[in-house]
Amino acid sequence: MKSCVLMAHVPDTASVIKVPGASNRIDETDIKWIVSPYDEYALEEAIRLKEARGGAVTVLTYGPERAQQGLRECLARGADAAVHVKGGDGTFGDALAIARVLAAAIRKVGPFDIFFAGIKGVGSDNSLVGAMVAELLDIPHVTGVVKLEIGDGKLTAHREIEGGTEVVEAPAPCVVTAHKGLNEPRYPSLKGIMASKKVTIQTFAVADLGLDEGALAAAEATCRWKALELPPAKSGGTVLKGDEDPAGAARELARLLREQAKAI
Amino acid sequence: MAGILVFIEQRNGNLRKASLEALSEAKRLASGAGLAVNAVLVGHGIGTKAAELGKYGAGKVFVADEEKLARYSTEGYAAAVRAAVEKSSPVALFMAATALGRDLSGRVAARLGWGCLADVVRVQVEGGAVVATRPVYSGKALATADGAGKPVVVTLRPNVFPAGIGEGKAEVEALPQVAGDIRAVVREILAKEGGELDVAEADVIVSGGRGIKGPENFALIRDLAKLLGAAVGASRAVVDAGWIDHAHQVGQTGKVVSPSLYIACGISGAIQHLAGMSSSKLIVAINKDPEAPIFKVADYGIVGDLFQVVPPLIEEIKKLKAEV
Repeated sequence: MKSCVLMAHVPDTASVIKVPGASNRIDETDIKWIVSPYDEYALEEAIRLKEARGGAVTVLTYGPERAQQGLRECLARGADAAVHVKGGDGTFGDALAIARVLAAAIRKVGPFDIFFAGIKGVGSDNSLVGAMVAELLDIPHVTGVVKLEIGDGKLTAHREIEGGTEVVEAPAPCVVTAHKGLNEPRYPSLKGIMASKKVTIQTFAVADLGLDEGALAAAEATCRWKALELPPAKSGGTVLKGDEDPAGAARELARLLREQAKAI
Repeated sequence: MAGILVFIEQRNGNLRKASLEALSEAKRLASGAGLAVNAVLVGHGIGTKAAELGKYGAGKVFVADEEKLARYSTEGYAAAVRAAVEKSSPVALFMAATALGRDLSGRVAARLGWGCLADVVRVQVEGGAVVATRPVYSGKALATADGAGKPVVVTLRPNVFPAGIGEGKAEVEALPQVAGDIRAVVREILAKEGGELDVAEADVIVSGGRGIKGPENFALIRDLAKLLGAAVGASRAVVDAGWIDHAHQVGQTGKVVSPSLYIACGISGAIQHLAGMSSSKLIVAINKDPEAPIFKVADYGIVGDLFQVVPPLIEEIKKLKAEV
């Protein structure tokens, strides 16, 4: 099966986030960029599918020059081909604009039998692009998948819902967004790293896909970050010492929760 | 009149609390901005529930009631919601950021050609357009965004907005048959064992981390949770160690929660955990390490050994509860 993995290259989740005064974007100076953690589950599932059934794995991203590092990492983990649509500055944070670009790229380099993405790209934390790409390609999708079985032309996916699991059956092609629990992603092997260096990443400008990135970022935009701020720092919590008299501290905590916070 | 349309989620005919919160918030915004509030309810055999939504502020409720819609499907529900959007031409479509809402919102937004403001914690109307604030970068920043001059889908984080009940009966309008071919079909729903309360829906959560030392000690966490009517949460470390199922995990790779009370026992408060719970209304931390980051977000805390603190805490709470 030919599979396509949608990858987002995002700030490391351990990064310190700084916002320059009156800006709608973070300060990128000291940011380390990584493959979005959920996309690792997506990629791993595609590679396992290839190992079990044959086929090939293509990784697709839309982003600035640095996103190539993310593609190289995916190649090192076992993807066969990588496609980079360069750009994304003006369309930042606009999930539908991103999905429009990805769908156009898929039409250009596809067809594929199945698509994988992470349940969300950490950072903008939208959880939207996978479903949007599916809608634009007019194929079904299943989000937040923790278990997947692929049969002849159809798949069965388990997705977590509140209080249980939904078992969803869908025909291929389909977009599957991966949640934690789907698999344990592998690390790149030395052999994989060496082999990945020989792969030529296919690159496109947005214009090569028949889209106008300027228009996507302006007249056709559907979401705009107007402001970005750091959350108000929390301070003044009441911390009790429980080393010497744990029972006393517990009694005091229960009293505070009852009388002051009115929480119990 | 332009307005806000609210998608109301039901499960087995029961209206979801998070949807009523979204509807109540729409009503609060609309009253100030001169907007109408309508709702759309989708399912099968659910018509009698529709008029009830008037109590939460819905003027009109569009109902898609079909056998094909008895179980959730993205495609069936998307068709129904679009039909309601076409009838009411809203400036915004609200839904709860539940598992269903998160699945549905992207498809509906793309179908309408609208943007989506996901998992918002604050929402307002400015000049007739909806503007919302949402945590980004794992809760390390807050982005305020809008639909770039177009209508927009907004998903509201559960447990953040109060559900306000009042008087009123909504006008009900049946939608014509909308569900076409549904490709992705829910074959079955596997309920979690023992009907445990899910962290994503709970008003109180008691969580355990590495400090509980072993899976058997979740019994202590469960005891406190049971006393408070709380759900049991967990940090990534203990889920990865296999001490408890992933469904309990709170954090970036687990569930994002905003309960009224969150009690973290033996959880240091790694950024990945804080991302999932720092919007809780009241945070209590019990941890041996006074430098643990969890104390930075805690409203109340005890620096101490949880095995010596939690048992007397359970006894004290029992006493207080007995006083009433």
